[in-house]
Amino acid sequence: MAATQEEIVAGLADIVNEIAGIPVEDVQLDKSFTDDLDVDSLSMVEVVVAAEERFDVKIPDEDVKNLKTVGDATDYILKHQG
Amino acid sequence: MSKIKPSRGAPYARILGVGGYRPTRVVPNEVILETIDSSDEWIRSRSGIETRHWASDEETVAAMSIEASGKAIADAGISAEQIGGVIVSTVSHFKQTPAVATEIADKLGTAKAAAFDISAGCAGFVYGLTLAKGMIVEGSAEYVLVIGVERLSDLTDLEDRATAFLFGDGAGAVVVGPSQEPAIGPTVWGSEGDKSETIKQTVPWTEYRSGEVAKFPAITQEGQAVFRWAVFEMAKVAKEALDASGLSPDDLDVFIPHQANERIIDSMVKTLKLPEHVTVARDVRTTGNTSAASIPLAMERLLATGEAKSGDTALVIGFGAGLVYAATVVTLP
Repeated sequence: MAATQEEIVAGLADIVNEIAGIPVEDVQLDKSFTDDLDVDSLSMVEVVVAAEERFDVKIPDEDVKNLKTVGDATDYILKHQG
Repeated sequence: MSKIKPSRGAPYARILGVGGYRPTRVVPNEVILETIDSSDEWIRSRSGIETRHWASDEETVAAMSIEASGKAIADAGISAEQIGGVIVSTVSHFKQTPAVATEIADKLGTAKAAAFDISAGCAGFVYGLTLAKGMIVEGSAEYVLVIGVERLSDLTDLEDRATAFLFGDGAGAVVVGPSQEPAIGPTVWGSEGDKSETIKQTVPWTEYRSGEVAKFPAITQEGQAVFRWAVFEMAKVAKEALDASGLSPDDLDVFIPHQANERIIDSMVKTLKLPEHVTVARDVRTTGNTSAASIPLAMERLLATGEAKSGDTALVIGFGAGLVYAATVVTLP
């Protein structure tokens, strides 16, 4: 079953918490991964790979750079999830 | 049809000795910061690199290789005349003909050993090791010297903030010889030429010579794509190499991945779920990324510092431009 927006944000919050140690409550739709959540470009790759597994979605390298905020990633997953 | 006598060598092969050479000049991040807008903290957090070595004019590819090889030959307890093959992996020897391996074989005092260069980027050491094993088991050489050597400082764009801090120079060598027990496992290797743009020389030499491009060629890479491939795809290859050797992560003492970037190493260790007791090579911190030289240099340092010991079981994996990769399990000399 496809995940809802709330489920995706919660899932991303778990992933960002696991990889970058950011409190889950800080992971909100309007937050920028690099500027607000201290997720650098390499950690972002780890976040993307974990999100691919969790939400059954493929996020190619060329699309990763467009995922600036948690909202961008959530929209992408909503649109592409299997 | 005439019957050809079969060639036969030793039952197995093993690494008998290792040696390394790091150029005299140690280059801290402060020097890199003279040409890029970055910070020591940024470089350390993205790569783990604190210092690297840059070769002088005298520290040529051949000179560094001869130093490292001399140590490896002494460590193996053999003499140079016993060496029947010299394999050099490098992408930064600018005189391509003749192969630099021939000069090294001669200056070391081998007895006309077969000598050739290979180009397999950062996987070059494990590619060479695999060839050496084959030569020994097949019987065309009793002892083979495998050298990984680079002067990547010559191919570094010091104004590129994504790569200026990454590369270093040095040489690492091993002597591979006969063994009565398996001490080099099956190699899991391959290439992915469809990803050739991921890590590459910026332009061919000919474009630089013709003046089409003013800037000397350098190595460039797509950082995120390399990171994803190196961590997640290479962890699978490392696991396959372990499986092919009939071992589990618990059987390992040491993990020596290509020293590309400490963040890649950290993530690989996490993805592979290596047990706590496995010693992980982190030579990249003070040596930088030396491509083909990185695995033997890291191996030499772990043995020299006592972090690893002779007889330990080590998983080694090289991966890089091509893209190419090669992994195997070895018993440390």
